Amino acid sequence: MASQPIDQAAATLPADKRASVYQSTKATHEKRTKLLFDQFNDPDLLRRRAGEIKQHVIENLDTLLPAVEAKLKANGAQVHWASTGDDACAAVLRIMQARGAKKMVKAKTMVSEEIELAHYLEKHGIEALETDLGEFIVQIDQDHPSHIVRPIIHKNRREIATSFEREGLGAYNDDPETITRRARQFLRHKYLQADVGLTGANFVSVESGRLVLVTNEGNSRFSLAAPKVHIALVGIEKLVPRDRDLGVLLNLLARSATAQQLTVYTEFISGPKHATQPDGPEEMHVIFVDNGRTDVLASECREILRCIRCGACLNVCPIYRQASGHAYRSVYPGPVGAVLSPLLAGKKFPELADLPKASSLCGACNEVCPVNIPIPDLLLRLREKGKREGAPLAAVGTPPMGAWALMASQPTAWKAALFGGKALNYLPTKLIPVPALRAWEEKRALPAWRGGEFRKWMKQRRKS
Amino acid sequence: MMSTDREAILARVSAALAPLPQRAALPDWERELVRMRQMQGVTDLAATFCTRLKGVNGTPLQSAAELADLLAKNNWTRGYCDPALLPALGASLAGVQIETTYDRTRVDDYAFGITRATAAIAETGTVVLTDADTSSRLAALAPWAHIVVLKRGDIFPDIPAALAALPTDPNVIWVTGPSKTADVEGILIEGVHGPGVQAVLLVD
Repeated sequence: MASQPIDQAAATLPADKRASVYQSTKATHEKRTKLLFDQFNDPDLLRRRAGEIKQHVIENLDTLLPAVEAKLKANGAQVHWASTGDDACAAVLRIMQARGAKKMVKAKTMVSEEIELAHYLEKHGIEALETDLGEFIVQIDQDHPSHIVRPIIHKNRREIATSFEREGLGAYNDDPETITRRARQFLRHKYLQADVGLTGANFVSVESGRLVLVTNEGNSRFSLAAPKVHIALVGIEKLVPRDRDLGVLLNLLARSATAQQLTVYTEFISGPKHATQPDGPEEMHVIFVDNGRTDVLASECREILRCIRCGACLNVCPIYRQASGHAYRSVYPGPVGAVLSPLLAGKKFPELADLPKASSLCGACNEVCPVNIPIPDLLLRLREKGKREGAPLAAVGTPPMGAWALMASQPTAWKAALFGGKALNYLPTKLIPVPALRAWEEKRALPAWRGGEFRKWMKQRRKS
Repeated sequence: MMSTDREAILARVSAALAPLPQRAALPDWERELVRMRQMQGVTDLAATFCTRLKGVNGTPLQSAAELADLLAKNNWTRGYCDPALLPALGASLAGVQIETTYDRTRVDDYAFGITRATAAIAETGTVVLTDADTSSRLAALAPWAHIVVLKRGDIFPDIPAALAALPTDPNVIWVTGPSKTADVEGILIEGVHGPGVQAVLLVD
């Protein structure tokens, strides 16, 4: 029997990469926990409230979306809608072509990763440059991000220095400060030449029609200061009802993602530049992107749409720490990816049907989630869906359970097995003749067999 | 084309939500929920703001003289200043080359930019910038040092208070310390694309 794809990926991950992913996720997770519990009396209630706010949003999108559209238009932004990834890419291209725009600077946005916007634009003769340091490095290496918040968690300084040298950004130097300065110098001239700045949005307030962006590097501010056009790609689930609700979500997002109280820049963008301001966009376009989200909304896993993309579940996940992000073969890795990626895949669900099994169901992801998504429950629902739809990948790595089912439904057979199981303590399990069972056993350490102990105890108890 | 996409998305949303027996209500939450322990009993907002600003590696300045020292110490001899601030700061900027329009073609010539703050948040050491009060977005972002002038009376205690009073401005930016990244091996580096030094000059 084959092992799961994620097991294979984990097995082939170089030890030094695993060590660096493990170290940095562990450090971030510990800092996050300390900060939340040091600073708030009831961080758990905060998480639950945030989850309720976002649940309210996704269950009321039918009224909230038109409401926020009206507000955005009143603020002077133009609103577009895109059903698919291709539609979204085409919408961006149309806006650019209408202005004769040739150069774009991009801030970090997960939606643009989903729809592979940069590739699409390059095919149409447009330079689309990533400006977040991590994303920039991913782009020059023609790689993919392996973490939602830290795209190059899988790379070390030596690899980056080699890439910079290859791209003509100076002689080999692997000092992180030097690497950062060189990117700063190269990119600031790119912002100034760009026609269009593209961003995502972490939140959109329905009440005020404000896009909220949280960033640390300053690249998104540059993208909104130098170019004349601002385009924002926004997933339809990104809304919050009122400005005051941002008080709950902003207090959780940076702490959950990077153990900061607030990110360096929290930007509230509601339209083109102020009349007296010399810099900034004259036009603002907001593109609401579906790209599978309405399918998720219709599914039994709609809670995943609460996700605010903080990455806390990746950092705490034992599977992510062993396998790293690329093992998930999709834009969203980790526990959130194990739920979201197969769902967003639509008709291609069978290709990712193994991901919901890439979990020990330990529940740590649910505990750290700032919007309290019951990820283990959702994983179980998706496992069931995989089985129901007969996706071959959903069955990989699962030992045949027919014999067990037969035994568990016959009391006599069960009792016999409880007794016979003792033999397992003396058998060399490494030599099990059934390959499926052996593969299963190799990945796990079996506890000593104590079958029948409880029944014995009950008998004793009744006697006394 | 676009409008059909709009109708199609909204139709799919409605269809997805139709089977729900009831919709999740918007929870009410008390401000106490997001009140930080450290902020209990704080009365001197300016002092707390300065402590918090230092906590995020920002640089509080209490007087124009301190600003002059900062520029001299770092040998920042050329920079931008919002013309509206010159009457108040002119004397302390003597001996420094000041430009009052930001020329984007000479982005590397400005060691510092001095602009106005609209407000601040004490609990996080955050400065609030708005388009209406910022004379140039680029001048407040591109130079290595950003010095922002804040009135001591314009400090909010916490995030909920600042959110309740968000100005109607197309570009409100909360700045919490110098720009930074930890993308390379998790090592913190300040001054990525934005300022490496974020100073706040408090005035009455």
